[in-house]
Amino acid sequence: MTRNPLAFPLSKGHAMPTENRDDTIAAHAPTLASAIPAGHGHVTTSEFKIRARDVNVFYGEKQALFDVSLDVPAKSVTAFIGPSGCGKSTFLRCINRMNDTIPSARVQGSIEIDGADVNAKSVDPVVLRSRVGMVFQKPNPFPKTIFENVAYGPKIHGLATGKAELEAIVEASLKKAGLWNEVADRLHQAGTGLSGGQQQRLVIARAIAVSPEVILMDEPCSALDPIATAKIEELIDELRNQFCIVIVTHSMAQAARVSQKTAFFHLGKLVESGPTEEMFTNPRDTRTQDYITGRFG
Amino acid sequence: MTDAVLNPGAPAPKAAPLSAREALLKKRHRSEMWFRVQGIAAIVIAMIFLVVLVGRIVVQGYSTFETHTLTVPVYINPERVDVTALEGVNYDYIVAEALMKKLGVQDDDLGTTSAKIMDLTSRDFGFQLLNKLKADKSLIGKTVDVTGSVKADADLYYKGEIKRSTAEVDRKLDNQQLDWLDKLRTDGTVKAGFNTKFFSNSDSTEPEQAGVWGAVVGSAMMLVITALIAIPVGVLAAVYLEEFAPKNRWTDIIEVNINNLAAVPSIVYGLLGLALFINWLHVPRGSPLVGGLVLALMALPTVIIATRSSLKAVPPSIREAALGVGASKAQTVFHHVLPLAMPGVMTGAILSLAHALGETAPLLMIGMVAFVPGAPESFTSSATVLPVQVFIWENASERAFHERTAAAIIVLLVFMIVMNAAAVILRRRFERRW
Amino acid sequence: MLTWLSLLFLALFSGAAFMAGRGRALKAAGGATARLHSLPNYYGAYAALWAGAPAALLLLLGAMFGGRVEDAVLQAQRPAAVSALTPDRQNVFFSDVQAIASGQAASEVAYDGDLRAAFDAKVVEARNIEGIVRYSILGLAGLVALGGFLLVIPRVNTEFRARNRVEGWVSGLLIACSVAAVLTTLGIVLSLIWESWRFFQSVSPIGFLFGTEWAPQIAMRADQVASSGAFGAVPLFAGTFLVMMIAMLVAAPIGLYSAIYLSEYANRGLRSTIKPLLEILAGVPTVVYGFFAALTVGPLFRAFFNGIGAQLAGGPMDGLAQYLMQVQNQMALVAGVVMGIMLIPFVSSLSDDIINAVPQSLRDGSYAMGATKSETVKKVVLPAALPGIMAAMLLAISRAVGETMIVTMAAGLQAKLTANPLDTVTTVTVQIVTLLTGDQEFDSPKTLSAFGLGLTLFVVTLGLNIIALRIVQKYREQYD
Repeated sequence: MTRNPLAFPLSKGHAMPTENRDDTIAAHAPTLASAIPAGHGHVTTSEFKIRARDVNVFYGEKQALFDVSLDVPAKSVTAFIGPSGCGKSTFLRCINRMNDTIPSARVQGSIEIDGADVNAKSVDPVVLRSRVGMVFQKPNPFPKTIFENVAYGPKIHGLATGKAELEAIVEASLKKAGLWNEVADRLHQAGTGLSGGQQQRLVIARAIAVSPEVILMDEPCSALDPIATAKIEELIDELRNQFCIVIVTHSMAQAARVSQKTAFFHLGKLVESGPTEEMFTNPRDTRTQDYITGRFG
Repeated sequence: MTDAVLNPGAPAPKAAPLSAREALLKKRHRSEMWFRVQGIAAIVIAMIFLVVLVGRIVVQGYSTFETHTLTVPVYINPERVDVTALEGVNYDYIVAEALMKKLGVQDDDLGTTSAKIMDLTSRDFGFQLLNKLKADKSLIGKTVDVTGSVKADADLYYKGEIKRSTAEVDRKLDNQQLDWLDKLRTDGTVKAGFNTKFFSNSDSTEPEQAGVWGAVVGSAMMLVITALIAIPVGVLAAVYLEEFAPKNRWTDIIEVNINNLAAVPSIVYGLLGLALFINWLHVPRGSPLVGGLVLALMALPTVIIATRSSLKAVPPSIREAALGVGASKAQTVFHHVLPLAMPGVMTGAILSLAHALGETAPLLMIGMVAFVPGAPESFTSSATVLPVQVFIWENASERAFHERTAAAIIVLLVFMIVMNAAAVILRRRFERRW
Repeated sequence: MLTWLSLLFLALFSGAAFMAGRGRALKAAGGATARLHSLPNYYGAYAALWAGAPAALLLLLGAMFGGRVEDAVLQAQRPAAVSALTPDRQNVFFSDVQAIASGQAASEVAYDGDLRAAFDAKVVEARNIEGIVRYSILGLAGLVALGGFLLVIPRVNTEFRARNRVEGWVSGLLIACSVAAVLTTLGIVLSLIWESWRFFQSVSPIGFLFGTEWAPQIAMRADQVASSGAFGAVPLFAGTFLVMMIAMLVAAPIGLYSAIYLSEYANRGLRSTIKPLLEILAGVPTVVYGFFAALTVGPLFRAFFNGIGAQLAGGPMDGLAQYLMQVQNQMALVAGVVMGIMLIPFVSSLSDDIINAVPQSLRDGSYAMGATKSETVKKVVLPAALPGIMAAMLLAISRAVGETMIVTMAAGLQAKLTANPLDTVTTVTVQIVTLLTGDQEFDSPKTLSAFGLGLTLFVVTLGLNIIALRIVQKYREQYD
């Protein structure tokens, strides 16, 4: 029942299956979580936020991902590791359908968030992406003020009904991103004027501002110095309580520090996945072992 | 806090209700559609402009390529020809007589009919007779077949541009003349054919005799001058600026200067040409030489910019390789870098020549608006060029010239398309991607 | 002819010098070219350059300025009969002398008495001078060529660094070529300033820039030459501005929207179809647009407005109707709209470049927030690209202001101070063309005023370009 794409309240058609209507109305918000009330849903979906099955991705003729099947747990940090070009970023971009913006990309297989297929025709990517935020490798604040950067999402999605409310959201988001103290007195200066680490936290604040359920992070620290990296990692650890976080990282140490679950990608295939501790202490696959011991990569 | 996370759409207690959020989403997608429609509309409008512009010119001009010629046996009446003064004979009247005979009409004392007949045939018939007689005086008293164009108005009638349904006072030809024309066509005296004269003749005061040959030759001569100056100077300047010049204030000034020169209105180059070449250096006015010089100055910055960008595209590894085997800087540039950049350089050069071919305004300043009834004989004689010919004919009052203007534009556009196509082919075939 | 022949001869001599230099180098090396400092051809080239280049330069200068020298010598002595003439008539006299001396005109010229005698004497003198000047230039060139050759040949030996010397020549040539661009600017500035200065001797710059009456033909009458009212260029500026505004109203939205659609929405196939088509629109010569405006758009608009006028006639807006029925082919609207069409591809391709320079990461950031494409474009891409787009618009404005043919053929000649797009207006460029085509006395303020207008035009467009190019440069640096 919950797998029915129509049940996905992100759909453009706004169609709700009758079985679920009561729940949805009761929750008063078209959220993923509310569609599957805790305790009533499928066992897998309540433990796992994202469920991917047999995902294949092609860029033109070239296949970038081969039959990836993976479950991502809710309210924890999942790390994707692997050498460059192994497909981990590609898989990440499938989750919020960022691959749609690349004309030659083609995605097969199913990726479900709370049991609803994100690739279903009825799913509006605009709504999907408001639920699944993303942070990129290079900090990419818009060339606007700090305030405008954070307010961008709430504004386009109509999340605030007035100026005061918008300000409240901005403040809350910046606080959650641990940036408030640093920028409170210069909210109306350009976001591009911040340091790299601050910019990255600004971008995270921007993502948080629309209250997503999932935050995807594509090597968020690769352009940062160690101190800034430490701050971001700290932040990720705090955010874990509220969001399902998926992070792509080059650094195995980082994966070990921040994640609870790790998935190892190699040459477009998911080699193995499991609890982080287990992966790093006792990998099942020799390729994983070679990689984490630094024999290649 | 937990509540907010479970209801991510509702970060604050006063979150908009479901229906409002859905309405907003609908509104957003509507505005997305609307924006997309605006973009498509802009492109469609631009394309409509293109189609209307080109289509309108083709529609106006293509009829020029068809013309109507008239063949008539002319009896060269010895009474009318003074052998001692062949130039002074009224040949037009002799031709008119022949046509009157053909049409079975008589001239009156005032010559009304013959005058009306003369309105139908080109003055070319008279010149042909004169030339025939000059070559062979024994033709006097004999009948010779003469073929020539009908007058432009008659031609327009045959092409349906002048209609019988128009009130008689509003058209150039009266009903009687139209009757004659119909008769001449039905009995086969007048034949339609391809207008070769338009390509072989030069400008003329009579539309049916006017052609583009002189303008084509003038344009070609002018472009030769432009190419001979702008391409070598432009390429060498670009080589210096890109490969040799030190980075200092002076070269910065040159660089800014070149970029700004490329955007100076063309008419200002005309003023420069007038003051510098004509008033100061006494280059002959309206000649291909002065036109070519002005256009060369105009094309120079574009050639430099194009050359520089293709030199930039040659990767530094090539330079390092050449320098590494002990080639001098000059050898590196002229043996390796420039040859590799050449396709790009030539593409840029051809495109800027094509642009120069269509330029009109500066040429008006340097006296290229004179009526020139022939192809220029040398680089210093008076000439006309295609775009100026278009301008001159557009100003003419006769309707037949408008048709020819459009035809001259077609010729001009064909030349430009050929040059642009050459540039595109050059780029496709020889361009390297590094 | 003589110049061509001497250039050909010089080329042959230069070729011989090449062979001589090369041969001497080979001889010095005793056949082992590796002993030479440079390749033998460099020795040849060095000899050829010294033998050919200075003499060729001399011949070129002779061809350019020989005529002026001849004139100066000829006019140095003026017989009394000639000096008695007005300066204008003296010029005519001397140009007649030149024409006859060079055989360009029939030998019958209407001069009699003393003047006739002086004329015949001067014709003979002119022929002599021409011969002397020409042959002395030739002789000098020959000497220079020979001197260059003799100077270089003895220096050729195995130690001589011929390649470096030749490369010195080459870099001299390269520098000369790049200075040509600067000289062009200098030429423009100096000629415009010089001729404008002559114009401002008779008309005050204030009156020119702020006067509201433009009637240069009236100034033909001697008593009005200095009346500044006739050379008030404000109506021309107003007309230029009006036409430019109309053109930008057409070109800016269409050009910008099509650039946005092409760069953000269109797939590759559509892009590769539309862009070349827009390039065709950009490549059409302006005289063609002028023809289109004058013979298609003009009559069409006129018929349209006359038709509306006929509909309204007799109604409550009879005044307007009467006006609309009077509308002519030549109006600011026609010129402006057609110029706008011409500028569409210009605006579009510049904006396209600018929009494409906005980094993809900003778009990704916006899409990842759940923004739609149009929201991304309107709220992220365009604000980021704004300076660049402003610069593109400035460049388009500069093009519109300097555009000549369309307005010449479609706007009209009446200098009217009006903001009505249906009125006939005239522009700066139209006036320059009208003032300088046809036969004019070059020294009259009427003709010189064209240079005043040209200077104004140059200053305005240069200012726009400099600002725009600087903005674009800053913008590029921001995202590089």
